[in-house]
Amino acid sequence: MRDFAYLVSAVCFILALKGLSSPRTARNGNLVGAGGAVLAVIVVFTTDGLNHILPILVAVAAGTAVGAVVARRVQMTAMPQLVAIFNGVGGGAAALVALLELADTDGGLSLAAAVFSMIVGTVSFSGSMLTFAKLQELMTGRPVIFPGGPFVFGGTLAVAIGLGIVVYVGGGHGMAASAAAVAAVLVSLVVGVLFVLPVGGADVPIVISLLNAFTGLTVAASGYVLSNTLLIVAGTLVGASGTLLTRLMAAAMGRSISSILFGAFTARGPAGAAAGGEARPVRSVGPEDVAILLGYARKVVVVPGYGLAVAQAQHTVRELADLLAARGVTVSYGIHPVAGRMPGHMNVLLAEANVPYDQLVEMDDINPELPYTDVVLVVGANDVVNPAAKTSPGSPIYGMPIIEVGEAGAVVFLKRSMRPGFAGIENELMYDPKTMLLFGDAKESLAKVVAAVKAL
Amino acid sequence: MTEGMALLTIFVLAAFVGFEVISKVSTTLHTPLMSGANAIHGVILVGAILVAGRADTTGELVVALVAVVLATLNMVGGFVVTDRMLEMFGRGARSARSSSQEKSADGGSGEAA
Repeated sequence: MRDFAYLVSAVCFILALKGLSSPRTARNGNLVGAGGAVLAVIVVFTTDGLNHILPILVAVAAGTAVGAVVARRVQMTAMPQLVAIFNGVGGGAAALVALLELADTDGGLSLAAAVFSMIVGTVSFSGSMLTFAKLQELMTGRPVIFPGGPFVFGGTLAVAIGLGIVVYVGGGHGMAASAAAVAAVLVSLVVGVLFVLPVGGADVPIVISLLNAFTGLTVAASGYVLSNTLLIVAGTLVGASGTLLTRLMAAAMGRSISSILFGAFTARGPAGAAAGGEARPVRSVGPEDVAILLGYARKVVVVPGYGLAVAQAQHTVRELADLLAARGVTVSYGIHPVAGRMPGHMNVLLAEANVPYDQLVEMDDINPELPYTDVVLVVGANDVVNPAAKTSPGSPIYGMPIIEVGEAGAVVFLKRSMRPGFAGIENELMYDPKTMLLFGDAKESLAKVVAAVKAL
Repeated sequence: MTEGMALLTIFVLAAFVGFEVISKVSTTLHTPLMSGANAIHGVILVGAILVAGRADTTGELVVALVAVVLATLNMVGGFVVTDRMLEMFGRGARSARSSSQEKSADGGSGEAA
């Protein structure tokens, strides 16, 4: 009976992933997945010989309360970080389960799976926490590289695997094996950190996806240890689909996974460094100039970026678009696949501001229109319009497809400062004669432009 | 077939299903899909509960309960945050916000703030 319920849950998870792959069915798919998970958690309490029910229920209640409240309260802009955290704690939980089960396995493949789960779960935990720190800007979002980095990483990984082998040979129980297990966990924490440190900028979400797949495999391994088919199916599903998703995301950005993970190790080209040297002239304008330019244009394309999200300017930008549309200007939004911090992030933010879905144009469709566009308004985006991705082979973003705003008649950047974008790369377009810059907080700048357009 | 072999078979078959089931997905859905998959591996909660229920010492119980809390965070938070992302999607994007009283399976209500 219990196994049958687990089977139903497993089917729910498959249907959930299937549903999530299409916009029409996505929300229901997620609910089906949640239903499957709730069913599984209820059913597990019917397991024979389960003690400590009360403290477990309290722990579940605490986790539910915190998880639901945080997930509900967090700003839409901070979602990528939150996904990273949730992934990390999942990996951590799986690692703890494996650690506790080490002594109880009957050796062989089961013990090997426990060791695998312990190490990979811990790597996923610390790696996810570091991606959180990067996205939350608790530390630099740029690749952190140091001399001999690859060797330090390789060496640490080798130590972690070595300790894992010691645990395995020791049979998983006894003083020596336990000490080795704890040491393996500690070293794995470092491995996770070293794994994510050299990843920078727009590549961070791809690493979250990869760590997500890691956690999935960890859960599958834990399921093997516990002889629980549901954990095996769910974990493997996530491991497999997560791996594929990571590849799809990387492909959408024109990157290979190896270049993301190890690119920063090797490509330390001069073009990658932000030239902080001489100050070059830029054309800084006021909101009135921008208003005139926009108000008398025929076709305007808005390219939103993370800066718009940070400033919570999605509502103001829609107000401006409505105003321009009322003046007979054609307005559309050019959405880069990785605008924001994750693929699809910007669509979510603009949908939140009630921007009509048909005005959101994907990169491949907007690029051919740009030569016929009078003005491109770039709001808080940088890397996704940086021509260095096409012209500068040494640049870390080289090869990433961009929105070719340089093709349009004029470009207006709304920027807080001349600080380069998340990836830390100088943007040549800023110095182009047809580019104008309006400095200030994206929301305030847009509000001023809105007022100025009204006054036209 | 031994139990180990049966489990291994399930593992291999599930891997193929995982690859197949999301083979065609648009860029816009990458983030919610990742987030949804993330929530699904929160089912490690089942494992954490099993381990906690069998704990012999206080030390083991404490570690297992930590795992229970972490896994619950992963599962509940994961599904709720995915639902919030998807709330914004699709044709009904505008009306979905005003009529967001549908309950999610975790008992949470629609986003209000």
